[in-house]
Amino acid sequence: MHSVQYHRPVTLDECLRLFDRFGKQARALAGGTDLLVQMRAGHCRNGAVVDVKHVPELNELRFGTSDGLTLGAAVPCYRIYGDATVSRAYPGLIDTVSMIGGTQIQGRASVGGNLCNAAPSADAVPALIALRAVCRIASVRGERELPVDQFCIAPGRNAMADNEVLVSLHVPPPPEHSGACYLRFIPRNEMDIAVAGAGVSVTLGNGTFRDGRVALASVAPTPLLVEKAGVALRGQPVEHEVIARAAAAAKAAARPITDMRGTAEYRKHLCEVLTRRALEKAVLRAGGTLA
Amino acid sequence: MTVAATDSETTGQDRKPGPAAANGYEPNMVLANQTFDIVGSRPVRHDGADKVTGRAVYGADVTLPGTLHGAILRSPHAHARILSIDTSRAEQMDGVHAVMTAGDLPDAGDKIVDVGEGDTPLAYVHGNVLAKDKVLYQGHAVAAVAASNAHVALEAASAINIEYDVLPCSLTAPDAMRPEAALLHDDLVTKELGEESNRRSNVAEHFRWTKGDVETGFARADTIVERSFDTATVHQGYIEPHTVTALWNHDGRLLLWCSTQGAFVVRDVVSTILDIPVSTVKVTPTEIGGGFGGKIPVYMEPVAALLSRKTGRPVKIVMSREEVFLGTGPTAGTHTRVKIGASADGKIQAMEAELAYEAGAYPGSFVVPGGMCVFAAYDCENVAVDGYDVVVNKPSCAAYRAPGSPQAAFAAEQVIDEVALRLGLDPVEFRLLNAAREGTRRADGPKFRRIGCVEVLEAVKNHPHYSAPLVGPNQGRGVAIGFWFNAGLESSCTLNVNTNGTVNLVEGSTDIGGTRTSIAMQAAEVLGISAQDILPEVVDTDSVGFTSVTGGSRTTFATGWAAHDAAQKVVDEMKTRAAMLWAVEPEQVEHSKGTYTANGSSATFQELAAQASRTGGPISASATVKPRGVGGSFAANIVDVEVDPETGKVDIVRFTAVQDVGKAVHPSYVEGQMQGGSVQGIGWALNEEYFMGEDGTMRNSTLLDYRMPTTLDLPMIDTCIVEVANPGHPFGVRGVGEANIVPPLPAVANAIHDAVGVRMQRLPMSPPAVWAALAKT
Repeated sequence: MHSVQYHRPVTLDECLRLFDRFGKQARALAGGTDLLVQMRAGHCRNGAVVDVKHVPELNELRFGTSDGLTLGAAVPCYRIYGDATVSRAYPGLIDTVSMIGGTQIQGRASVGGNLCNAAPSADAVPALIALRAVCRIASVRGERELPVDQFCIAPGRNAMADNEVLVSLHVPPPPEHSGACYLRFIPRNEMDIAVAGAGVSVTLGNGTFRDGRVALASVAPTPLLVEKAGVALRGQPVEHEVIARAAAAAKAAARPITDMRGTAEYRKHLCEVLTRRALEKAVLRAGGTLA
Repeated sequence: MTVAATDSETTGQDRKPGPAAANGYEPNMVLANQTFDIVGSRPVRHDGADKVTGRAVYGADVTLPGTLHGAILRSPHAHARILSIDTSRAEQMDGVHAVMTAGDLPDAGDKIVDVGEGDTPLAYVHGNVLAKDKVLYQGHAVAAVAASNAHVALEAASAINIEYDVLPCSLTAPDAMRPEAALLHDDLVTKELGEESNRRSNVAEHFRWTKGDVETGFARADTIVERSFDTATVHQGYIEPHTVTALWNHDGRLLLWCSTQGAFVVRDVVSTILDIPVSTVKVTPTEIGGGFGGKIPVYMEPVAALLSRKTGRPVKIVMSREEVFLGTGPTAGTHTRVKIGASADGKIQAMEAELAYEAGAYPGSFVVPGGMCVFAAYDCENVAVDGYDVVVNKPSCAAYRAPGSPQAAFAAEQVIDEVALRLGLDPVEFRLLNAAREGTRRADGPKFRRIGCVEVLEAVKNHPHYSAPLVGPNQGRGVAIGFWFNAGLESSCTLNVNTNGTVNLVEGSTDIGGTRTSIAMQAAEVLGISAQDILPEVVDTDSVGFTSVTGGSRTTFATGWAAHDAAQKVVDEMKTRAAMLWAVEPEQVEHSKGTYTANGSSATFQELAAQASRTGGPISASATVKPRGVGGSFAANIVDVEVDPETGKVDIVRFTAVQDVGKAVHPSYVEGQMQGGSVQGIGWALNEEYFMGEDGTMRNSTLLDYRMPTTLDLPMIDTCIVEVANPGHPFGVRGVGEANIVPPLPAVANAIHDAVGVRMQRLPMSPPAVWAALAKT
């Protein structure tokens, strides 16, 4: 028989000490929508489950026009889309948190957990990358920051050391005339895993893209920031043709596999379609019009 | 003909107003031509309260004192020889009470058994329960453990060490039919056109039925379309996994509680497998969370029984979802070819089909009914049907709602659609011009009795949906028709009259689709009392006469008939009791709608029931039936789809199901059956498939990646109940559960063709498949 320990720290310090003690045996329990499924499947045997739902720093949800968004790693999806100010400021993030799982899952699942699980298909991650989100990571030895696009390093693996904990995510305040969007493709309409996904953000000015970022889901071992798509956008006029070039760059950057969820060829094609559609929507959200 | 509206309060179908409401017609029509007092009404279901409050006892709810938990060890390989099995490590683990393998089963010999829907060699039934020398599919059960709890059992099962010699596998019929394909069964001799051949192959049987001469027919045709098609292996997808609890009692009786479509079949098959008298086995069917044909076979019951005998304790085994996908029978994947020729006047001159169905690991793919159904809707002089039953390295097929018919219809109804298009004819008119009628003979021999093929097609043509304009770009409309026979088999029913005028109804048919109520209503109609005054109960195999499986859409038809006959006996007895009270002859007593009269005296059913003790004691009657007047059912669909040409995703925009049910005893349940069959057909059409690696392992054995449609993927399914009374049943019932899954596959395909011009010849018509087909144009 296998036993599992359960710990419920109430301070960050206590939490960090547990992770320092148990190292790779320690598994953070926030919503548990990934962890409990993995445990039932026989993973994480003899582990130490550390329930992080009672650590204040991991449950903070705060927005300021100058500071941007502080999103505690354990904050469940429903709190994010339930906050009117956050919803107005970050529609691209809202796209993902209202799409992950179903209503019941959204009551428990956290964006931080979605990120730490490091699935290539994680819906929240491309949106966070597009929004230039940064991870605040802590251990008993101190704190460090890491951009979200560097956080996932392989399927199911992230850049944190065994004794580190993701405390929160920080999203810069949305620039004027900016908009973001996340779209994914699934064969059904809900309750499914992305065959491909595209998270984008744009900032407009004088009829041009001042900034643009595109990140993809499910088409590489990790969520993928497509630098060349951003390059295709920046400084260019807000036109369909420019968006098409960025979409083509996304397609070119994707390196998907063929599996039961789709062929590689189909997924590359979807990257182009989704990037184009997401950029068109982001432009509208930024108050722009497409020529 | 009257059109009765659905009462939305009882069905809850006002939830999501679809295009139906907008267009001002009733989304649930009943085209009735015969009315009764109770039959045809919509009383509250007898099992409703227990089911909505969670009180209903399902298989996994059964726990006896001292229960041990079982686990099954399954093959990781699709095809392999078992070299050795070492159970020693598992046996020594703490908490493990027993371990067993195929060696613990009695010798099967060369016996033939009926396992619910046909005859099968017992050795195959044994082999599928626990593999002996070879494993034939991934998930094939090899060994089992009973332990103090489910975790220990799983742990112990994984500690059993099996050495395999992995063999090449065949995953599709064409693959397994190759001369060089590895044989699954060394002793399988191909039955060729009814004769034993001397050929050993993976083809268990090849049959051919002909009528007229297809060569002559095709020579007369002005337009000929020939295409081949493939369909994927799909699972019934019942939500409740298989469960069993077994107690081999010290008095020698074996008690089983399980989720099954047929308690008596489990009793008979288990007693045969274990080589014990049938009377020693008592099976209690629990409430069932879906079956669709998949809960007819016996899987874990003999294993739990033997583990119980070894340990002297009750043993319970519950499958996981993965085990359900890997270890239980899905329906056949198929490879088919259909050729149809018609003359310029729209008359079909010749029809030819070649059907190769995957049986899975053991023969019995349901290609025979597939061949019987493929052209059942058409009256054509020249027909030829070839069928091949092919074993492959996948789980052994089980029945799935109209087994064999949907795959055949996917081929035939697309070719029909294409012929109609080429001739410039409306697809419904073309079908009407060639529709099967009473007296039409099928290629497999039988002549149709009274059927509703024409009436169903007329209802499609007249339905507002058929003439409604499409409402967006990339939309298309498809129609198709399908057939299923339905079954009669055997049923029993007992009625016990209570002194307050209610009646306990005892029956043995697992209630899958609301049959407690539809059976009770038929008794109520005869007795002239309300459906609510009948208290139906499904009991164990010791407590009611033999009753065949809930399958073949037979339960409302046949067990309902037994209830009808038992009720007639109660009426006769009531007349005798009234005659006694009134001092007249029983023949003088008249009965109408629950009131008995003679010579000016009158008494109600309730009044006579109250006097039972004074007139001779309890009133009770039983009836058993083996009815022959089974009526086949035709079902048709009108489907609107919208295709996203950039992603290949198909959305079902509007869907109307039309079906001849004979008589809808409880129209709400009939609508539920029609909607359920439609939804399963849509899932089969669009996304469901066993996604197999080349090594024969299933890659999507979860409900996440085995994509059944959710409510968000479907419009409200509108229904149109057509009632062409079956002259072979007291109330005209035909059976409604199955024909409705047949037309959705081709109807959706025809709609996709109408929308974007591609002919989908392979299932599922998933987004990547539709996109790839579009990219080729």
